[in-house]
Amino acid sequence: MIHILLSRWRQGHRTLPYPKEVPALPERFRGLPRIQAEKCPEGCQACAEACPTEAIELKPGGPSVNLGRCLFCPDCSDACPEGAIEYTGDHRLAASSREDLLVSPGHDHRRAQALSAELMRVLGRSLKLRVVSAGGCNGCEVDVNVLGTLAWDLGRLGIQFVASPRHADGLLVTGPVTGNMELALRKTYDAVPHPKIVIAVGACAIQGGPYFRQAEQLGGASNVLPVDLYIPGCPPHPLTILDGLLRLIGKVKEDDAFGTS
Amino acid sequence: MTDLAMRTLRNGQTVGLRDVPELTLSSFREAILEGTRGGARLACLCAASDLRLFAVLADDAGKQLRVAWTRLAEPKYPSLTPECPQAHLFERELAEQFGIIPDGHPWFKPVRFHLPWSDQPSPWGRDADSLPAVMDFFRVSGEEVHEVAVGPVHAGVIEPGHFRFQCHGETVFHLEIALGFQHRGIERALVGGPHPLSLKQAETASGDSSIAHAWAHCRLLESLAGVEVSPRADRVRGVALELERAANHVGDLGALSGDVGFLPTASFCGRIRGDWLNLSAEVCGSRLGRGWLKPGGLYQDLDPALATRLLPRLIRSWADTRDAVELLWGAASVMIRFEVAGRVDPIQAREIGLVGVAARACGVEQDVRWDHPFGPYGAHPISPSLAESGTVHSRAWIRWLELIESQRFLLEGLAELAGSDPDPRTGPLPPLAPDSLCVSMTEGWRGEVLHLALTDDRGRFSRYKIVDPSFHNWFGLALALRGEQISDFPLCNKSFNLSYCGHDL
Repeated sequence: MIHILLSRWRQGHRTLPYPKEVPALPERFRGLPRIQAEKCPEGCQACAEACPTEAIELKPGGPSVNLGRCLFCPDCSDACPEGAIEYTGDHRLAASSREDLLVSPGHDHRRAQALSAELMRVLGRSLKLRVVSAGGCNGCEVDVNVLGTLAWDLGRLGIQFVASPRHADGLLVTGPVTGNMELALRKTYDAVPHPKIVIAVGACAIQGGPYFRQAEQLGGASNVLPVDLYIPGCPPHPLTILDGLLRLIGKVKEDDAFGTS
Repeated sequence: MTDLAMRTLRNGQTVGLRDVPELTLSSFREAILEGTRGGARLACLCAASDLRLFAVLADDAGKQLRVAWTRLAEPKYPSLTPECPQAHLFERELAEQFGIIPDGHPWFKPVRFHLPWSDQPSPWGRDADSLPAVMDFFRVSGEEVHEVAVGPVHAGVIEPGHFRFQCHGETVFHLEIALGFQHRGIERALVGGPHPLSLKQAETASGDSSIAHAWAHCRLLESLAGVEVSPRADRVRGVALELERAANHVGDLGALSGDVGFLPTASFCGRIRGDWLNLSAEVCGSRLGRGWLKPGGLYQDLDPALATRLLPRLIRSWADTRDAVELLWGAASVMIRFEVAGRVDPIQAREIGLVGVAARACGVEQDVRWDHPFGPYGAHPISPSLAESGTVHSRAWIRWLELIESQRFLLEGLAELAGSDPDPRTGPLPPLAPDSLCVSMTEGWRGEVLHLALTDDRGRFSRYKIVDPSFHNWFGLALALRGEQISDFPLCNKSFNLSYCGHDL
């Protein structure tokens, strides 16, 4: 017993002060991309050609990045000869629709909006989620799980992962939705009582991720269910996931300047 | 004919396909049976679309691999499994992927529940409307015997799988595991590559083992392209792999203590695991090591200034880890549960071809870093950690021994990197050798990760095979449950902590 107490004393109190303060992210963390089209050499297509998931589209005003497809890998920024496309340390990536996930020169994506007033009344103070891994690589699952550890202590923010869809207010889906998981995902959704929401976590769940060309998967959760929140990343950092969840229930507001900007 | 007829190979060595002996079917079978009787493991058995079968035997004591192939005249051959149980899942996979029937297989069922890639019919008469995990499950009948079915969706943040327990009261007679829900088609996606997505798919073969899979993939490409990686880049890759191992072992030890209700270690380790992951993120920006390794070298170097900054954080993480984990070994309530639960018989462990932590927990001396050294592990060896009893305790203890070794390797590695100049940026690889075969293995935190590639006449992948350690080990979990209480399933399961997506691919 004395050893446990001594360890308790040595290990100390480690719950993060978030959302009052934002924990420091690593210097090399790849968050929201920034595009400076004025640096783009004439006719250059290096970033779009380097992108393995076709997340970059070249438009007259310069390249734009679809955060839903982006794996946040270094291929585009490494390929750019002028540093016109680079990652910032901004972890706030979640959005309410796939259209809102577009980042273009001079325009960030539209960050996630809070639920409607009626949904907020029902779910805003206590949100219980059932997690369905539908072809994920366990990367998103790992960083969702982390939110339950004592450093993040998700429960203190009114959000909890539950063991039955009957106890849930919605689903948190990871993975591109494999053909083999479609029925299980639909059945789990049907078992959640109304009103209910769906959250797609990670590049796979948004648009198929590294598997977007494969016939074995369905190209993301929104091809199967109505999705209310998209959280980009491969996998998203736990802070990105938490930011998205808290925006959804209005605990982090649009203008809250947590993070880098 | 003996297995001397097989071609000897080093881990990561490329050979021209015409230098790999084609055996007759009977010699091929005999080479595998004789090799495994002599103590070698069947590390890989796979088919290519033209009815060719390839086998890789790992002779761990002799520190070499052996490879051979045969061409079938018809999509059918006498099964190896009755004489060589470790072939059981490989043979079911051959049938599922290419419609090749292993005649006489005693446990002939689908693996991932997809239709054959070739135009052969499904051996089980499955069609596009067939549902996953619908198959002929083994059932025990009798008075008071009942069946418990769990999944695919589980009561936590866990990947999907379907488990059927045949129980008598609390006692489990038999557990059968049906997977395939995570099947997203990696091996098929890699054919025709390498292309820009190949590395991303390798990194996500099993997302908590990104470095182990990315490294196996990179070494395979480098070998096929004839490129040597600098010793410094290899050292950084070693640091990446051991950080991955440390984070996962710490997480598992915490989860194991949570499963027996010992909360101090469970809570501490949940957090400390993050500290280890964050060390990886300092170097590559990703907690899971994404975007760190690159074919030919590294995306991101661990430059001297960064290595110097990480050293004190490593020392702190290790001190916290030791403080949290050592509580376990002194807690009688933990030990009494660990020591009696989930035993796998060491003889059966060899027969079914267990690898990694689960094998070493049964006294099977096998570790790719030692037996088939790659990267820095030749010059900086890590010897296999061993236990004997094959119980949950042994699997936990192995993780602890490996943590000690990993932190030693990391301390030395960071100190060395702090004093050496960074490499120039890694450029693109030259084209791959045509008509060749390469087998590349690493030791991930669960165990042996194997990537095998065949190239066509243009140097593109004509076949890419991935064997995650979980593929070998899921059946070990089923054996560990025999005669146990069903209430100990979470504990036994966590002591293996196998990958669903690594199995399902």
